[in-house]
Amino acid sequence: MKILVGMKRVVDYNVRIRVLSDGSGVDTDGVKMSVNPFDEIALEEALRIREAGKAEEVIVVSAGGDACQQQLRTGLAMGADRAIQIQTSEGLQPLSTARAFLKIIEREDPGLVILGKQAIDDDNSQTGQMLAALWDRPQATFASELILNGNSARVTREVDAGLETIEIDLPAVVTVDLRLNEPRFVKLPDIMKAKRKPLDVFSMEDLGVAIEGNIEIGHHTPPPQREKGIMVEDAAQLVEELKNRGLI
Amino acid sequence: MTEREIMEYDVIIVGAGPAGLSCAIRLKQLKPDLMVAVIEKGAQIGAHILSGAVIEPEPLDQLLPGWRENPPPVCVPVKKDELWFLRKNSRIRLPTPPQQKNHGNFIVSLGSMCNWMAEKAEALEVDIFPGYAASEIRFDENGAVGGVIIGDMGVDIQGNQKTTYMQGIEIHAAMTVVGEGCHGHLSKQLIRKYELDKDCDPQTYGIGMKELWQVQPGRSKPGLVQHTTGWPLDSKTYGGSFIYHLDKDRIAIGFVAGLDYEDPEFAPFEAFQQMKHHPMVHELLEGGEILSSGARAIVEGGYQSLPKTEMPGALLIGDAAGMLNVPKVKGTHQAIRCGMMAAEHISEFASSAGFDAKLRDSEIVKELYKVRNIRPAFYQGFWRGFIRAAIETITMGKLPGTLPIHADHSTLLKRDVYTAPDRQWVDRDLSPRDRLASVYFAATEHDEDQPVHLKILEPDICTTRCVEEYDNPCTRFCPANVFEMVADSRVNNDSGLRLQINAANCVHCKTCDIKDPYQIINWVTPEGGCGPNYQNM
Repeated sequence: MKILVGMKRVVDYNVRIRVLSDGSGVDTDGVKMSVNPFDEIALEEALRIREAGKAEEVIVVSAGGDACQQQLRTGLAMGADRAIQIQTSEGLQPLSTARAFLKIIEREDPGLVILGKQAIDDDNSQTGQMLAALWDRPQATFASELILNGNSARVTREVDAGLETIEIDLPAVVTVDLRLNEPRFVKLPDIMKAKRKPLDVFSMEDLGVAIEGNIEIGHHTPPPQREKGIMVEDAAQLVEELKNRGLI
Repeated sequence: MTEREIMEYDVIIVGAGPAGLSCAIRLKQLKPDLMVAVIEKGAQIGAHILSGAVIEPEPLDQLLPGWRENPPPVCVPVKKDELWFLRKNSRIRLPTPPQQKNHGNFIVSLGSMCNWMAEKAEALEVDIFPGYAASEIRFDENGAVGGVIIGDMGVDIQGNQKTTYMQGIEIHAAMTVVGEGCHGHLSKQLIRKYELDKDCDPQTYGIGMKELWQVQPGRSKPGLVQHTTGWPLDSKTYGGSFIYHLDKDRIAIGFVAGLDYEDPEFAPFEAFQQMKHHPMVHELLEGGEILSSGARAIVEGGYQSLPKTEMPGALLIGDAAGMLNVPKVKGTHQAIRCGMMAAEHISEFASSAGFDAKLRDSEIVKELYKVRNIRPAFYQGFWRGFIRAAIETITMGKLPGTLPIHADHSTLLKRDVYTAPDRQWVDRDLSPRDRLASVYFAATEHDEDQPVHLKILEPDICTTRCVEEYDNPCTRFCPANVFEMVADSRVNNDSGLRLQINAANCVHCKTCDIKDPYQIINWVTPEGGCGPNYQNM
């Protein structure tokens, strides 16, 4: 069985995001970029499945400019066997990404597709679900446990009410949550090995997918700044101040 | 413990700063077949680099001819120099000393310049590994340096292996080049082991703090370089500020205080914040937004404090040895020159022997010799230092005699014999509010479940002698609020205090290791990839 894993290049989670003054987006000048943390968890799970002898090959896929090859190399250094870049200079919306991934699925015929539950930049949480629908295969989202049983999988999902366990037929799309596993560190010699692993590049035209934008982005604004607080002497003054502001 | 995995290189360079990257680039230019690797503890190249920075471009012209057509991301030609002496509410323009004239120089972000240099090195097939800390030196069977050992990852705070545990590998190399920058973790061990400092004075340091600001349109005058001295420092404390006007309405502002200060109650971070509230600076920053902040110790000892830079199997380059030119307020050109010189030496002789003599005969050390008496002249206070500095400058260091340098940890006076001067500090309104807020802009990150990387060798001293004698100066000299004394009823000592180390806040500046009067703080490398994530610093 082959496992396909998505890897998105995103602004690192440690970076303090700054909205550009014209509201057109987020400042990425000199900003550290890394693999979407949920995608790292997805890859870790795929590697563990392969190491358990339940899959033969793990392929990492990313859609983006050439810079995203850096994240694919990270995936290869973690242990993926090969990588595919869907090359595009335009930012893709989830539906276009899902359509492009579907084309890769048609070429590779994987038994399982594992994606992060969402990317930490746009927080859409849509690509996995759309991909399952386009592919017409089952989906199990927000997985915190994944057990493969031949042609099916038992997936524990993190839902609002707690945990839900479902059984799905394979092939399927699984999107993963934070508690599924803790990704491994990359070993130095593996970084060198990753440089020699195959990385194929397809353009959106090669795949025959038109880039569409069904979401129109108005503008970006930073959250309002917290105003300076005041120190109150006692509870009575606190009540007074709250009353003055019409809060109680 | 299992045998460590091994990687072999001809040359391993520790630290992807200007010195290390210049060395790597030059090595591959001279001998493309050499296997060269650079190891860097920052999560990406430039993440742990913090500097002003105005640079002299000549060494870069030699290393990367044609770089001016394709400059690093932040690179503004200097147009004008100003030096100001500040009083609380006024200022006096001082003549710009010749060393500080910056015509032909560039204001850069050294962090983004290093990232840019790393791309050039990678294009020459240097293997660059950010996110891995060289935590130990590997010695070969003859007692020579034979490479480095990478720190283990995935170890919990008690020292146990976590599920993600990964043993660090050994990197074996015929030549190890240590370019860790000021007061490096391996450098200090090598200096001790090979007694590299036995014929020189102790090293002396400063703490530099820097912020990058996006200011109101029109307030930044791209290419303007301003330096200040005076307020908020008293005349006994050496230091001052830099204000570098960048493009795109950005200003790099920073403050350096000599770590040989005497006042146990002095707080360098607060002095920096005060300086920002001088009317001249406040009007620049008001209404602006802070983008990034951080701190780093810098070497100030110069000629007298320069240790021997060679030992069997290894070289110290750049500020790991200490090549910064204090009167120029610059070290990058020295670091690049030294990195190149190390590369030229290694490619010719494949040995460290003879490098130190060559270095001492070079422009690098000649430049330090000329200005050798300027920094220690300020031991006698600002104005006497200023006059001596002028004389030394006019005579180009040719007057006989060399003033000695003292060790910073020995200069702090005990609280019973020192009364802090009235610093006339003002109420502040500019960001950041305090050190914790400042750390936020350094984007520093450490997995909290790892061994504390600030090792206190004799913890009892903190709660007994130090609290009495110096009032725990670590709680003030650390710019990241790593050290806190907290009241704890469970402790069994007279002070009722316990030292709490907030290691996750650390910005890797090394000030604690330098200034602690008892020399019981040992800064060691945390897990690779931890620490600040500076952007355009």
